[in-house]
Amino acid sequence: MKALCWEGKGDIQYEEVPDPRIEHERDAIVKVTSCAICGSDLHLYDGFVPGMKKGDVIGHEFMGEVVEVGRGNKKLKVGDRVVVPFTICCGECEQCRRGYFSVCETTNRNKELADKMFGHGTAGLFGYTHLTGGYAGGQAEYVRVPYADVAPVQVPGTLTDEQVLFLGDIFPTGWQAVVQCDIQPTDVVAIWGAGPVGQFCVRSAVLLGARKVIVIDRLPERLTMALAGGADVAINFEDEKVLARLNDLTNGKGPDKCIDAVGLEAHVTGSIDSMMDRAKQAVMLETDRPHVLREMFMACRPAGVVSVPGVYGGLLDKIPFGAVMNKGLTIRTGQTHVNRWADDLLRRIEEGQIDPSFVITHTVALADGPEMYETFRHKRDGCIKVVMKPDGHAHHTGNGHAKVRP
Amino acid sequence: MMTKAIEPVRHAGSRGTAEIMAQGLGLFSIALGAAELLAPRKLARALDIEGQERLLQAYGLREIGTGIGLLMNDRRAPWMWARVAGDVLDLATLGAAMGSSRRREAVALAIGSVAMVTALDIACARALSQDSQHEERWYPDYSDRSGFMRPAEEMRGAAEFETPPEYRASLKTSEELPRTPNAANRTD
Ligand SMILES: NC(=O)c1ccc[n+]([C@@H]2O[C@H](COP(=O)([O-])OP(=O)(O)OC[C@H]3O[C@@H](n4cnc5c(N)ncnc54)[C@H](O)[C@@H]3O)[C@@H](O)[C@H]2O)c1
Ligand SMILES: [Zn+2]
Ligand SMILES: [Zn+2]
Repeated sequence: MKALCWEGKGDIQYEEVPDPRIEHERDAIVKVTSCAICGSDLHLYDGFVPGMKKGDVIGHEFMGEVVEVGRGNKKLKVGDRVVVPFTICCGECEQCRRGYFSVCETTNRNKELADKMFGHGTAGLFGYTHLTGGYAGGQAEYVRVPYADVAPVQVPGTLTDEQVLFLGDIFPTGWQAVVQCDIQPTDVVAIWGAGPVGQFCVRSAVLLGARKVIVIDRLPERLTMALAGGADVAINFEDEKVLARLNDLTNGKGPDKCIDAVGLEAHVTGSIDSMMDRAKQAVMLETDRPHVLREMFMACRPAGVVSVPGVYGGLLDKIPFGAVMNKGLTIRTGQTHVNRWADDLLRRIEEGQIDPSFVITHTVALADGPEMYETFRHKRDGCIKVVMKPDGHAHHTGNGHAKVRP
Repeated sequence: MMTKAIEPVRHAGSRGTAEIMAQGLGLFSIALGAAELLAPRKLARALDIEGQERLLQAYGLREIGTGIGLLMNDRRAPWMWARVAGDVLDLATLGAAMGSSRRREAVALAIGSVAMVTALDIACARALSQDSQHEERWYPDYSDRSGFMRPAEEMRGAAEFETPPEYRASLKTSEELPRTPNAANRTD
C-alpha cells in the first residue's frame, strides 16, 4: 500500500510500504477514506520530537471503513465506518477507567524508553514517536488499529467525512483545553495560536459560555477565521504588545483563563526570547521554544487557570515559575483524552450545534501529502487545515483550494 | 454585544524583533572587536595562543566593521550574514587552537560561546532575509467560516455542559454571581 513516511527532518515521502495485518485478536484493519495533517505532525517534520525512525508511517488523524476484524473483537464488524482517536487505549487499566485515556498504562509498547524520557510512559499514539509506541500511522491507505474494540467511534452515514474526521483529535483537543479551564459566565479567556487547535478552542469557549474570548496570532487569515467563530478580539502579536493589550482589555487584571494552542515551536522572530531559544536549540542547550508559556504565566490573572494543549517535548529555559507559584495559578495539560469527549461531541455535530468542516482549507490526494506538509508548515496559500484522500479523489470543500490527482 | 476588533496588518513579517536583535548583535560585535583590538595580549594568554596577537587584532577590526555596518545600515541582512561568515572563521581558528593550546578548557568555553552566538546570528540573518522576501503576503478571507449554523453570538453558552468535578477551577468570581450558590465552598 501507499503511505506517507518520515525520512528525516523536513523529509516526508509518499512510499510503497507493506500492507498491515491483524497481529492480535482485538485488532482491526481500517481502509482510510480521509486523513489530515496536524500541528503535532509539524513537530515531527521539523525534527523536534525525539524517537523517530526513518521509514515510520506518520499521521494520527484518520477515519475510514473497517475491512478486517480480529477474532476477539466483539465491537466492530467489517463495513463499519469509524473515526479512530489518535490515542490508543485499553479501556481496562486504572487510568482508562478514570477517563484519562491518553495516559493509558498498557498500550505503549515502548514504555521503558518513555519512562526514561518522562519519568513515566504514556499511552500509545498512532504515527508518532517510538516514545509513544511507534505505531504505524493513518496517513496511509490502510491502518492496523490495536485495541480496536475500545477507542474507534462509529459514525452515522448521514454525516460526511469532513464533518466527523476531527472527532479523532483536534475538536476534542480544543474542547478539553477549554473544559479544563472550567469556564464561568464571567470569564475572559485568552487563546494563543489560531491554528486548527486554536480555532476549536475559540468555538468551544463560545459554546461553553465565556464572557469574552481573545485570540492571539500573527496570520490575518487565521485571526479572521477566529473572529468568525465568535472570538471578540484578535491580537496580532507582530503589531501589538500582547501583555499590555491583555491588561488593557481586562482593566489590568489579566485574563481569567489562558490557553496555549501553539506549543514548542513559537514563531522564532515573534520575540527576542524566541530567537534566543532558537539559538539554544541549535547548540542543544534547550529543546523547546516556550515563549507562549512565559507570556501566559505573566498574563494570567492570579488564581486563574493555564491550559496547555500545545505540545512540548523536553527541556525549557527561563520559565517564570515565580509568577506561577506566587499567583497561585493552576496548570492543566496533556494529550487529549479523546474518548472522554468524542461521543458527546458527535451528538453536538448531529444536532447541528457545530460543523467542524469549517476549518478545512485544502483537500488533496494523499500522494500530494509531501507538498502539503511544506504548504502547511510555511502557512502558504492561506492553509489552515489539510485533508488528504488516499483514493486520490479530492473533493472541493468551502472556499478553500482543492487539488486533484487521479 | 462586544465589538469585533481586528487590527489591519501593516506588513507581514517580524521586522521588529529581528531588527532589535540585529542592533544588539551589532553592539556586541563592536564591544568584542574593541577587546580584541585593544587587549590582544590578555586574550592570547587566556587561550594560550601567544604569538597570534596580530591575528586577534585583525579579527577585532573585522568585528568592529560588521558591527558598524549593522548599526548604520537599513538593509541589515547582508551584514548579518557577514557576521555569520566571521563566526565560522572564529570557530575554525579556535578549533585549530584546541590542538596546541595548554588551556583547552578556556578554548572549549570560547568555542561554546561562539557556537551559541553563531546560532543566534544565523537565526537573525534568516529572519532578516525572510522579511525582505515576504513583504507582500496574499491571504484569503475566511470571515464566512464560523462553523455554526446560527450567528456566533447566539451560540454563546449553547453547550449546556457541566464541568466534570476534577476540572473545576480554583478561581471563583467575587464581583459577579457564582454559577451555583455556595460555589466558593464547593467540595465535590
Ligand atoms: N494536546 C493534544 O492532544 C494535541 C492535539 C493536537 C495538537 N496539539 C498541539 O497543539 C498545537 C497547535 O496545533 P495546530 O494544529 O493548531 O498547529 P499550527 O502550527 O497550525 O498552529 C499554531 C499557531 O500558533 C501561532 N503562533 C506561533 N507563535 C505564536 C506566538 N508567540 N503567540 C501566538 N501564536 C503563535 C502560529 O502562527 C500558528 O497559527 C501544536 O503544538 C500541536 O502539537 C496537541
Ligand atoms: Zn494531532
Ligand atoms: Zn488503559
